[in-house]
Amino acid sequence: MSLNLADVKRIAHLARIAVEEDEMPGYLQQLSNILNLVEEMQAVDTTGIEPMAHAQDVVLRLRNDVATEIDRHAAYQAVAPQVEADLYLVPKVIE
Amino acid sequence: MINTSLKELSAQLVSKKISSVELTQTFLDRIKGLNPKLNAFITIDENKSLAQAKAADALIASGKAGPLTGIPVAQKDIFCAEGWLSTCGSKMLHNFVSPYDAHVIEQFNRSGAVNLGKTNMDEFAMGSSNETSYFGKVKNPWDLDAVPGGSSGGSAAAVAARLCPAATGTDTGGSIRQPAALNGITGIKPTYGVVSRYGMIAFASSLDQGGPMAKSAEDCALLLNVMAGFDARDSTSLEREKEDYGRDLDQPLKGLRIGLPKEYFAAGLSADVAQAIEAALAEYRKLGAQTVDISLPNSKLAVPVYYVLAPAEASSNLARFDGVRYGYRAPEYTDLADMYGKTRAQGFGAEVKRRIMIGTYVLSAGYYDAYYLKAQKLRRLIAQDFTNAFAQCDMIMGPTSPTTAFNLGEKSDDPVSMYLSDIYTIAVNLAGLPGMSIPAGFGANGRPVGLQIIGNYFSEAKMLNVAHQYQMATDWHTRLPPLGEGLGVRG
Repeated sequence: MSLNLADVKRIAHLARIAVEEDEMPGYLQQLSNILNLVEEMQAVDTTGIEPMAHAQDVVLRLRNDVATEIDRHAAYQAVAPQVEADLYLVPKVIE
Repeated sequence: MINTSLKELSAQLVSKKISSVELTQTFLDRIKGLNPKLNAFITIDENKSLAQAKAADALIASGKAGPLTGIPVAQKDIFCAEGWLSTCGSKMLHNFVSPYDAHVIEQFNRSGAVNLGKTNMDEFAMGSSNETSYFGKVKNPWDLDAVPGGSSGGSAAAVAARLCPAATGTDTGGSIRQPAALNGITGIKPTYGVVSRYGMIAFASSLDQGGPMAKSAEDCALLLNVMAGFDARDSTSLEREKEDYGRDLDQPLKGLRIGLPKEYFAAGLSADVAQAIEAALAEYRKLGAQTVDISLPNSKLAVPVYYVLAPAEASSNLARFDGVRYGYRAPEYTDLADMYGKTRAQGFGAEVKRRIMIGTYVLSAGYYDAYYLKAQKLRRLIAQDFTNAFAQCDMIMGPTSPTTAFNLGEKSDDPVSMYLSDIYTIAVNLAGLPGMSIPAGFGANGRPVGLQIIGNYFSEAKMLNVAHQYQMATDWHTRLPPLGEGLGVRG
């Protein structure tokens, strides 16, 4: 499986990673090599095999509908890049 | 003192032969002396560690000491520890002081153990050589030109150089076992779900598992007793009764059936590693075990399957690093999308970006069935191979790594070649089985060789027994690396 530069641009956009034009050929080569490695999977017939998402048969546990956590708002916001009035600040989205 | 077992250290603490403050200071001094050579630790905080040691001494004086009370333990920087920098080896979290403790850290704190500092690691645990950390490469104490393995290479190098008596690691595709092998120490990756992942910064959630790294299997048993246990905050934590992982250490091995997968002894295995593993197997036969030839026919698919599933899960897990709530934010941007893109481009290293992009691709519309779903189906075939194998044997053994530690920089420009260095460890994670690596000799270049032991689900106590009996009959695990003249490594 070989990618092209347009694929790399699309992937970078979906991954929200800014990639400079001059970095594109390097990513193209490396991502194509990795996809060639995983291509080996396609040779095996997996008809009728159940996919395995987890090593154990995990069942989501239910808990009582009560608040158990204490308010740690200040501690969690203390490590944020930018906050104001108890809110996380990001660039303006809507004018 | 630096080569003393945890059990003996505990006895010396309880008998007041030493204090935890003295013990902790000894290791802090060793870190200060040797870390500039090895770069095994990212963060130490002498005041915090010594305060914990002082509290441990008070606990011991009150007669309430447990087996790890007062023992300094280094923590892989993937575990969030309240008040400590918790960076996961990344620029993205280079300034993140955790406001909470991971479950594993809580358990160590409850036991009275001392946090000796945070160890270096491949960025977000992505790597097989410990060359991808934002904080620089870790060096192998057996040969400073060699990698220590990854991603728990900082922990492994720290234990091997006796900068700490024990450390934690995490294993997503071999990241406890491979560095344990390459540094000549003992490490165990428990059955998936035995150790809570709460507060362990996630890479690939269905594969990640924390575990101990130490000088011996006996030490690992003590550490695992503290680390393991149900935690309701991790939805994949297993509700099982607490067990003593050291209960079977002294059991004889007569009648043990060891399965040898032919795929683990085929082309690609270096001759000197093969020779050391054969010698280890001969020792096991002397101890009363018998060997059985087995096959894991789908093991060649483990690397391809892993490099679909792990990046897929990583692309999802690492979406949280966007510069909004914590960690790095790019200094200049035009709008929100630009802030996300630049923050992630500047905050992540090359290997992390590669894996996020592969994961994004295999999960994208039109490719999901061909890659992600296909890999999940193959994962079941790989797990089924082990089920079939354990009908014929009690334990599976083979090399942990196909070669001894390779040179720094040797595989840095070739990710695919790097990925293949975990060829014998990855399948265990895909199946969710427990696995461990113990020292089993040295290669032609004087670098350590690790023997891998793979057990059936929840057979940790038996595995530790199998490892301990070998360590009682051999001395590979007591050998020390040749650095530190004047620093007591040889003494």
